[in-house]
Amino acid sequence: MKLTLVTGLTGLLLLGTIVELLRRRQLREKYGMLWLAVLIIVIPLSLFPRLLDNVAELLGVASGVSLVLFLGIVFLLLVCVHLSWEVSALEEETRTLAEDFALLRAQIDADRAARDELVSTDG
Amino acid sequence: MVNGKRTLIIIPALNESGSIADVVGEVRGELPGVDVLVVDDGSTDRTAAVAAAAGARVAKLPYNLGVGGAMRLGYRYARDNDYDVAIQIDADGQHDPRYVPKLVDLLEDNDLVIGARFAGEGDYNVRGPRRWAMVMLSAVLSRVARTKLTDTTSGFRAANRRVIEMFAGWYPAEYLGDTVETLVHTARRGFRIRQVPVAMRKRMAGTPSHSPAKAMIYLGRAFAVLTLALIRR
Repeated sequence: MKLTLVTGLTGLLLLGTIVELLRRRQLREKYGMLWLAVLIIVIPLSLFPRLLDNVAELLGVASGVSLVLFLGIVFLLLVCVHLSWEVSALEEETRTLAEDFALLRAQIDADRAARDELVSTDG
Repeated sequence: MVNGKRTLIIIPALNESGSIADVVGEVRGELPGVDVLVVDDGSTDRTAAVAAAAGARVAKLPYNLGVGGAMRLGYRYARDNDYDVAIQIDADGQHDPRYVPKLVDLLEDNDLVIGARFAGEGDYNVRGPRRWAMVMLSAVLSRVARTKLTDTTSGFRAANRRVIEMFAGWYPAEYLGDTVETLVHTARRGFRIRQVPVAMRKRMAGTPSHSPAKAMIYLGRAFAVLTLALIRR
């Protein structure tokens, strides 16, 4: 009973955190929704850990709790890979921006030099 | 102009304020008709200012992107400003600009020309894992490119319009990607690659590393980069 209380409260606390982050617009919807979906699955499981026992037995896993652990690790791994992928895309975007910025700055320098030369030959 | 072609010399530079003025000065002295673009790859010293004072055009990146990042910027500049030929030269002074006309000549029948050491001219020696890496890279890349390549990591190369166009849109920023992966990519797209022997000089500033551990890491990374490049599209 104590354990159910601890896991259940943890789940609710996480749910509150995500909702609050979304409310303050600190999390993009696409990530917020993902974590909300996860919590909606996890909270009932934290209250009734035996819920998955039937499915576990079907898959040859000794207990539902082990199955949840296994699925949780797989899920977290996938999330990490997804975040690496997002970071790679972001790096490519900032690289392009940095290049654009350098090209513009070079263009401005060239224009300024040309103008200065014009002024000095006029004067 | 080199042999009637509008030529841009691209020099990627990271904290090379000690040698960049001499390199730019020498290039402009040997090749009066060319434009020189120094790409300052986020240097923390006065590289950009020194290069500009020496008469180069300077494109300064806001932060360090690596040689590949600096080179794509150089190729974009070459494409946007309508150059016929873009030539990459290292900022440490090891490439002799007197070879540039030879590289440009060979672009008549080739799309990418590489200035290669170990190909007869000059003296340059490496041993151990670094040598194994070079042997592996040149064996595999020579097959892929269907031409003899002995110095695949050379940063002395000349590209024609078609290759400039490709590099302006695609140029890997990862370690060794700027040399190894670009060669695989270029060869696979049917471009003709050719190497020409050049003598390399001692660097004007800075020292190459000789640690055996670093050499082993280099070998591993070279193998990984090569394998990835081969299984990529």
